[in-house]
Order: sequence, then structure tokens, then C-alpha cells
Amino acid sequence: MAVCIAVIAKENYPLYIRSVPTQGELKFHYTVHTSLDVVEEKISGVGKALADQRELYLGLLYPTEDYKVYGYVTNSKVKFVIVVDSSNTSLRDNEIRSMFRKLHNSFTDVMCNPFYNPGDQIQSKAFDSIVSAMMVQAC
Amino acid sequence: MESLTLSDVEQKYYSELFLSCDVDNAKKVASNGKVLDLFRSAQLSTEVVHQITELCGATRLGHFGRSQFYIALKLIALAQSGLPLRVESLNSVRDLPLPRFVMGKNDQESRHAVMYADTENQGPYSGVIPRPPARVQGKKVSAHEMIQPCVPTVDPQPDTTSPVVSPHQSPPTSPHAWRKHKRQASGGNVERQASVPGVVWPPFREAQPAPVTGDGMWSAHSPPPVQESWVSFTDTPPSSTLPMHPSSAQPESTTVRTTNENQRQGSGYDDPWKITDEQRQYYINQFKTIQADLTGLIPGSAAKEFFTKSKLPILELSHIWELSDFDKDGALTLDEFCAAFHLVVARKNGYDLPEKLPESLMPKLIDLDDSAGVPEPAPEVGFSASPVEDTPNKSPSMPSLNQTWPELNQNNEDTAIVHPVPIRMTPSKIHMQEMELKRTGSDHTHPTSPLMVKPPELPDETKLAATIKYPSATVGDGYSSSDSFSSDQEPISSAVNRQRSQSGASPEGLKVVAPPPPPPRPNASHSRSSSLDMNRTFAAVPAGSQQAGVVAFPPAVPPRPLPTQTSMPHGHRSVEGDALPAHTSTSPQLMPEQPNFADFSQFQAFAVDPPADDGEKSDSGQAERCAEGAEMMRTVKNEVHPEERTAATVNSAKVSTPLAPPPKPVRRRLKSEDELRPDTEDLPQKSNVIATVLATQPSIPRSIGKDKKAIQASIRRNKETNTVLARLNSELQQQLKDLLEERISLEVQLEQLRPFSHL
Repeated sequence: MAVCIAVIAKENYPLYIRSVPTQGELKFHYTVHTSLDVVEEKISGVGKALADQRELYLGLLYPTEDYKVYGYVTNSKVKFVIVVDSSNTSLRDNEIRSMFRKLHNSFTDVMCNPFYNPGDQIQSKAFDSIVSAMMVQAC
Repeated sequence: MESLTLSDVEQKYYSELFLSCDVDNAKKVASNGKVLDLFRSAQLSTEVVHQITELCGATRLGHFGRSQFYIALKLIALAQSGLPLRVESLNSVRDLPLPRFVMGKNDQESRHAVMYADTENQGPYSGVIPRPPARVQGKKVSAHEMIQPCVPTVDPQPDTTSPVVSPHQSPPTSPHAWRKHKRQASGGNVERQASVPGVVWPPFREAQPAPVTGDGMWSAHSPPPVQESWVSFTDTPPSSTLPMHPSSAQPESTTVRTTNENQRQGSGYDDPWKITDEQRQYYINQFKTIQADLTGLIPGSAAKEFFTKSKLPILELSHIWELSDFDKDGALTLDEFCAAFHLVVARKNGYDLPEKLPESLMPKLIDLDDSAGVPEPAPEVGFSASPVEDTPNKSPSMPSLNQTWPELNQNNEDTAIVHPVPIRMTPSKIHMQEMELKRTGSDHTHPTSPLMVKPPELPDETKLAATIKYPSATVGDGYSSSDSFSSDQEPISSAVNRQRSQSGASPEGLKVVAPPPPPPRPNASHSRSSSLDMNRTFAAVPAGSQQAGVVAFPPAVPPRPLPTQTSMPHGHRSVEGDALPAHTSTSPQLMPEQPNFADFSQFQAFAVDPPADDGEKSDSGQAERCAEGAEMMRTVKNEVHPEERTAATVNSAKVSTPLAPPPKPVRRRLKSEDELRPDTEDLPQKSNVIATVLATQPSIPRSIGKDKKAIQASIRRNKETNTVLARLNSELQQQLKDLLEERISLEVQLEQLRPFSHL
């Protein structure tokens, strides 16, 4: 049950950001932005020069007092960031992984749409519905 | 036939009804089916209907001529008003209300009847089925003026009820029965939809020559609007080229309808998303202009251009695409194309796009049929159909079509019983990750799908292995191995061999694997026996095609593409990248029989001193066998290094590509070492696989059997070593995992204790 889900393009600009408490969006934007640094550090740290050695799921990027940030990067350097509430301790790693998997899948569906130009904001309703399903329901 | 006197109103009403039933445009005979439907919709019991049919003389004639039809209608009116059915009463009863037909069109007709006999009960019709929404707007201008003086009282009711119906609602099933009528009448219906019966009335008058005006009551469904929309959409001459309905193909009505585009908001009674035959034909023609092959696919770019011509906003087109690209492959099949086209047409006519694809638009193998639609089977058909069609076309999985994967798996399971290749039904973590990487789909069953496709390739080798039957669902290893070699003919035999040999070790090796398939083959425990079998088999079939590859080892390049055990979990990768490399991993064991027996010494040394593999392996770099030896080492190393995982296998796969030349093994070895380390995949599985493969491979007698006995002995030893190592590996990996988790939790705790310091 994420609090915020963001999709960031290769050039590190956001393709899609959605957060649950809509009033605190700015804070989440900032969080996602700072998490990019951690993502970069992780993906550049592999350095084996073998891209597929790198795990797509980056895991917990960093925890703060309120929430935890998880990262996932695709082979085309599109990054998915999920921010979850720290109080939601029941959220296991596998669940986060499955959330990323679903995100990735629906992202590829969006990509497959010939009417979607890569680099545009993601306005697909299907993608929205998947994201909403993952967001915290009780808000 | 008794003479029938009809009032003007009746005359008109009946003629329109007749026209609506006049499918064949014969102007003389109304189709029996439609007539019967109509009669049934009059809400009379079947006996009454039969009676009426009989009375009007249709049974005598065998068909409904115009006069019979009129008589029948009058009789229906009689019956509906409760009067006894008698021929004499036809002319005697005056002021008979027009027959009322229920459902969809009936609603309209009843209103129409109401309008006609507005002196009579209007009340009963107030509760009529609500009309489709938005019809109200679309009144014909000409009709409008005429309407006003007409029964205004009835208007409000339909208006208020019309909003209830929306195109998004699934229509009541009853209207389906009317679809035929609707279709015919849709041309004229479009204008009729106005909730005001009066609207219908004037059109009737003026549209006498026009199609089925009487039936216009029916909520015209989306197809009629299509005509107008087509005009603008295709940039081609107006709908004159479009065969809507036989009755509606009139230029005059077309132009009139054009103005009423927005009227056509979803027929409330019928499924607004049904595609009529004419529409479908049109779509098919359009499909052909883009892609001549009706069973082929339209690529996304071509579809984009085509639909952009419709001048809909890109966002909406994007949404339509998402709805209609059922299998998410970026291309449109014929069904998908028709669905997309239909949605575009609907959108252009003012319908809102649904949130999810309507059932009637789901791609199906069977043609969309207007007959009392059975949309339910369609989705399933679509499900089973599209994956079947698309499987060969594209590898990416179709998440929505997961349902079909299990059945594919099962099919293969059955055949797999004959195959030596085990087929894994449950996804393993490795496969899942591989799937993820390849975007083969998020569902569990998916990982098996591409592999399911592969097993069919195995039948060839199966013949070879037929003598040795192994349960299909043995080891995930086998599964992955089938993966890796399925794409390669030659290695198949070796893969088969490996399978067989694996079986022996698999039971032991797989103990630690998390989702291991059920215990393997019958003679699993006897690797030796299996090897003996293998020996027999191979000796017996030296000339087998696949065998040839194996047997040809001595003369051919040694590093034969054998399925790599380590590459098995990464089967996909190795398969995709390099079937050859994948096989090399097995080659070490297989190769031993080959001329270069020198490698055996390495194996033995290796087996004796696993940790010291590297040293041993390095010596193995002589002759072609070195390649295999390297593989062996690599695999052993995999065991030793728990971190090795899919990456390792992939690496090995890649590394093994240049197998042939002897020096490569050395290179490979070094590389594999490096690559293996960072890996953190499912070691246990891999190690098991490795173990089993290592153990089993030597059991395959390659060469003519020069030193078969020695080879076999070494094989046995290696196998034993392998199993031991595999166990050790799995245990170590388990420990590693636990440690890693502990470490992560500790790190998290640490960071929490030191907040913000790392930010």
C-alpha cells in the first residue's frame, strides 16, 4: 500500500507521479527527487559492465522517519519509485517486488501503445487504475 | 384472405413494421423469423401467436405476405386488447389500439401506438422501458416541428427515464432478440429515438420512402451513427459506400442522419457495442487496406496513422488502443482492429468510451454474430484464441491471457510424459526473474509459457529419449534446461542426455530447492543405470540425427552446444543469447567420452577437491575438452560461490559462446569467476542443477566407447561429488540468504537510529 508512486524517465524527469494524500504532494515530489540520487548511486555501483547483472529491483533506497522509499529501475533506465508508510510494517519485500512487477508490466503496456510518445506524461487510464489499486486505500 | 380495412394510422404502422421485417427487401414477404420475433415480442402467449399465424393465413401460404402480415398485426392488436381472435372482428372492431410490441423497438412502437391512438390509454406506456439516453437531443429538425403538436404528454416520461440508460450499461438480454429488427430498422431508427413519440411520427410520414420508419422506434444502436461518422472518418465519399442496412442505405436519410449524429447515443435496449454484420464487413475491408492478410497483425504505427485520421484527440485514441489491444502486443489483429474501429466510430458519434472493453468487442475467433448474442463465450474464446494465435507471433506474455497458459502447460505436460524434458508447472524464482527481465509477464504461469512453446521442439529428441522415460515434472532444472536447449537442435540430444543423467542426481540435489517439482523419474536414483541406458541408447542409435551431433563430437568441434546446467535457470537468457553456450556447460560432462579424455583427470581432480577447482581447471585447458572442463569448473564454482546465480549462468552462456577454441576455456573460467561472484540468485537451485548436470553428464557415452568404462567410473565419481557439493552449496546459500536478511535489517535499524545523517 504505497503512499506515493512515481515513474521517472531516463533523463530523470518525472513521467508520472501520484500520491495518496494529495495535499502533501510537494513533500513526496521532493522525496522522490532526492531518492533519485540513491538510485543513481545504486545503478552505477554495479560497474560490472554487464547490464543484466544488475538487479532490477533496487530494494529499500532509504528509510526516513515517516516512510520508506523503494526503487526499481528498468533496463532502459526508467525508474520506478514507491514510497510507503513506515508504519505499514507488514509490507514485505515480496509484496514490494510484486508491486514493482505490476508497475513494470503496465508501464510496458503503456509503451506498447502507439499513441504514446515516449517522454510524454503517462495519461493512460489503465495505468492509473493499476496505480490507484496499489495506493493506500484508507486515506 | 379476408379483406382488411385499416385506418391510415394503422396502414402506416403496419407498413413500417412490415418493412422492418422485410429483410430480403422483397417488399412482399416478411421473413418468418423476424415476424415471429415480432409477434413474440407482442407479449402474447405462443398459442395465441400460432393462432394468429394460422388465422392470417400464413400457415396456409407458408410465409407472411403483406396482407397476412397486416392481418396478423391486427389480430395481435385484438389479442392485446383482450378481444377474442376472430377473423370477423378484423374489420368490425373499430378504434382498435395498434398492436404493442415490447422490448426495445416495442417500447418505441408502443409509444408510437400511443401517439397514434393518443385518445386512448397513454398511461400504460409511461412505464415503458426507458429510452436510451441522449436521444432527446437528436431530433430531426423537420421532425421536431411536427412533433411538437403531437403527444407532448408522453415526452416527459421517456425523457426522464432515458438518462437511466447509458451506453455503458450492459443491455438487457431481451433486446438481443430484437437485434435483427433493430439492424434493419436502425437506418431509420436513428431518428426515431427521440423519446417523444411525436418525433417518430413525423419521420414516419416523411420517411415513408425511407427505410423502416416504423421500426425507427427502436433505439438505433451505434452502427447507424457509424455511417455519418464514417463520412468524416475515412475522408471518403459519404456513407453511400457503407452498407448499413438494406433499408437504411438512402442518401437522403443519410444526410439527415448526419445531422443527428449525436442522437445515436447508445441504444438502451440493445448492446450499443454490438457490431453488425455490415459494420464488420466494412471494418474488414478497412483492415484489408492496411494489411492484406486477414489473419495478420497491423503494427502499431500503421494503426496509429489510420486512427489518427479520425481526428479524435490523441488521448482518446490512446485509451481506445488500450482497450482494444487485447493481448498487449502493440499490434492489432482483425478482431482487435474491429473493436478499435468500432470504439472510434462510437466515440465520434458521441458515445463515451467505456472503462473496459465491452464483451461484444472482445476479440474472438468466431465472428461477431447479431443473433441473440452470446457474449459470454466470446471472452473465453477470445482468451483461448488470441494466445494461441499470438503465441507463435510474439514471445512477450500477455498478462490478460494467462488463463490459457495453464492449458498449454497441461497439453505439454501430456506430451511431456513422452519427452524426457521435465516441464515445470510452478514458477521458480529464477524463472520469474527471467520473465521479469524479458517482460514475459507478471503472472506465475507465464514463466512457463515460453518454455511451453519450446517443448514441442523437443519431440525430435524425445524419440531418442523415448526409451528412457522420465516423468515430465521433475526438476525445475530440467525445465530450465529444456529451456536452454530447446532452441537448439543439436544440444537437444545432449540435453536429453543430461536430463536423464540428471534424474539420478536430481532427487538428492533438489531437496533444498524451494519449489522443486515432484521427484523425478523412476530410475532417478540410479544414475548408473540411466547411464547404462544411455549407453545402450547411444550405441543403438549412433546415427540418430541428434545423436549425430553428439557422436560427431570427436570429429567435430568439441565444445558442442550442450545445454548448460548453470544456464538452465537462466535458460532464457542463454537460450536467447546463445543456445550454443548454454550447451557448453553440459559439454564438460558429455565431452568426457570424447577423444579428449584428458579432461577427465581434471574432473576427477575437481571432484576430489572442489575448492581447488580453479587450479585444476586451469590445467584443463588443453584440447577442445578444455571448453567443457571450463564449464565444469564454472559450474563447480557456482556451487562454491553461493552468490552465483543466473548471472553466472548467463555469463557462462556468454562465455561459452566461443567454445570451440581451446584457449577459450581458460578465458571462460576467469570470466565466469568474476561474473559468478556478484550473483545472488537462487543458488540452491542452480547448485542442484549444476550438481545434477555434472553428475549426469559424464554418464552419457559419447564416443565410440573407447574408454567407456573409465569414463563411466569417473562419471560416477563426479556425480557423487556433485551431489555432495550440491547439498553443500544449497546449505551455504541458505545461510547466505539468512545472513543477508539479517544484514539488511541491521542496516535499516542503524539508519533509523541515525536519521537524516545519510540523506
